Amino acid sequence: MSPCFEATDLHFAYPHRPPVLAGASMTLVPGERLAITGPNGAGKSTLMQILVGLLRPQAGRVVAFGTERREEADFAEVRRRAGYVFQDPDDQLFCPTVAEDIAFGPLNIGQSRDEALRTVTRVLDQVGLTGFADRVTHKLSGGEKRLVSLASVLAMEPDVLLLDEPTNALDEETTDRMVTVLNALPQAMIVISHDAHFRRKVVTRTLRLRDGVLVDPQPTCRHAQSAE
Amino acid sequence: MSHVLGQRTATPDTPGRAVGEAPRPDPIQALDPRTRILAAAAFAVVTVSLSDLVLLTVSLLLAVVAMLTARLAPGPTLKRMVMMDGFIFVLLLMLPFTVPGPVAFTVLGWPASWPGLEKAAAIALKANAIVLMLLSLVGSMDPTTLGHALARLKAPMALVHLLLFTVRYIGVIDDEYHRMRRAMKARGFRPRTNGHTLRSVGYLIGMLLVRALERSERILQAMKCRGFTGHLPLLDTLRFGARDAVFAVLLAGVLTGLLVLDLSHVALL
Repeated sequence: MSPCFEATDLHFAYPHRPPVLAGASMTLVPGERLAITGPNGAGKSTLMQILVGLLRPQAGRVVAFGTERREEADFAEVRRRAGYVFQDPDDQLFCPTVAEDIAFGPLNIGQSRDEALRTVTRVLDQVGLTGFADRVTHKLSGGEKRLVSLASVLAMEPDVLLLDEPTNALDEETTDRMVTVLNALPQAMIVISHDAHFRRKVVTRTLRLRDGVLVDPQPTCRHAQSAE
Repeated sequence: MSHVLGQRTATPDTPGRAVGEAPRPDPIQALDPRTRILAAAAFAVVTVSLSDLVLLTVSLLLAVVAMLTARLAPGPTLKRMVMMDGFIFVLLLMLPFTVPGPVAFTVLGWPASWPGLEKAAAIALKANAIVLMLLSLVGSMDPTTLGHALARLKAPMALVHLLLFTVRYIGVIDDEYHRMRRAMKARGFRPRTNGHTLRSVGYLIGMLLVRALERSERILQAMKCRGFTGHLPLLDTLRFGARDAVFAVLLAGVLTGLLVLDLSHVALL
């Protein structure tokens, strides 16, 4: 089966900063759940943003779903098929109500209002927030916001999920809920997470971003070992 | 974006109500938001063109009637109106002394003229009537409803987006401000009249701007990831009904009446 993502020799530096990516390469095949770890500021989020074309690498190739992607237009399809869940749900939830927010993506890709409403109900069930459609987004709890932003991405019916620290600042109960929801999903995933327990429960493979390249991690503690 | 699906939950006789807004069965809420915007605009244009003080008083009374019909609390509403007066206060004060004409009275040797007083009264009446009508018809609207109605009235989309995003994010930015203020307090910051305070508050405001800018970039990225290409799909069920027609006819009649009376009065002089 052809890989969902194949990034080769990516180089990236923010202006007036040392490079964060210096020859990073990775491959994600369907069904795989890949964790990316690394110290703060190592370029994990940068790598994800390059994969969906929000940032352009200074050098390197991004092949997504079997096609090389270079221009903004190439990435429109990538963004539809690869759902990106942002680290801060307040960045993602910009509509007054949950239903409107989740419907935003489906309406953008041409669903009718009724189809979009059915999608809203379906994905809310999927993340365990049945009945939340008419709730006001900015009044949700942190955990609920996180699950709604996941739902808003699932509504696009992506083939791949890109999750940027999905359990950051969640309590244990909500983290467990996130684990259950993610494990029930068929999509391939790339997950940025510092939480070894979470990785162990969810992912199938781990890469570590270090000095601008992705390497197989050298396990240093038993949690990381069991995440292998 | 707001109201994309919000109308679904609104009852048929209250078009234009946002999800979660408490039912307010008053006659103004029952009108289509577009009717309210257009009515306020028409009222403003007519009021500005009136010159007779009696007729201007009538239009101020109309605005008061609108306020009472919209069931706005008179206290806070009138307070908001008076806040606007603060902006034109100096102008009103200067007019009697700068417009030439028969002298009404003198202050410290400065003569105040009758035509000047009349102009000041006319401007005060016009401004207050228009602001009060805007507060009653448009100000009583949910802000997202206003954005949506403006979009349907073919207002520039950039402005509509600005309004809708402001509504959504002003709370987030406010929270951010209070978080930073608390963090400053936690480290013993107390505002004083000194350079340290000015500099710290400057940093606070600067940081708010930087964070808001960065957040706006992340929001755009998140929207792009969900297929945004510059167009917000707005779906709604705003529709003009019989009430709107009745209201429009009544208002058109009243406004035309005012205009005709004003013109004939001018002709008589």
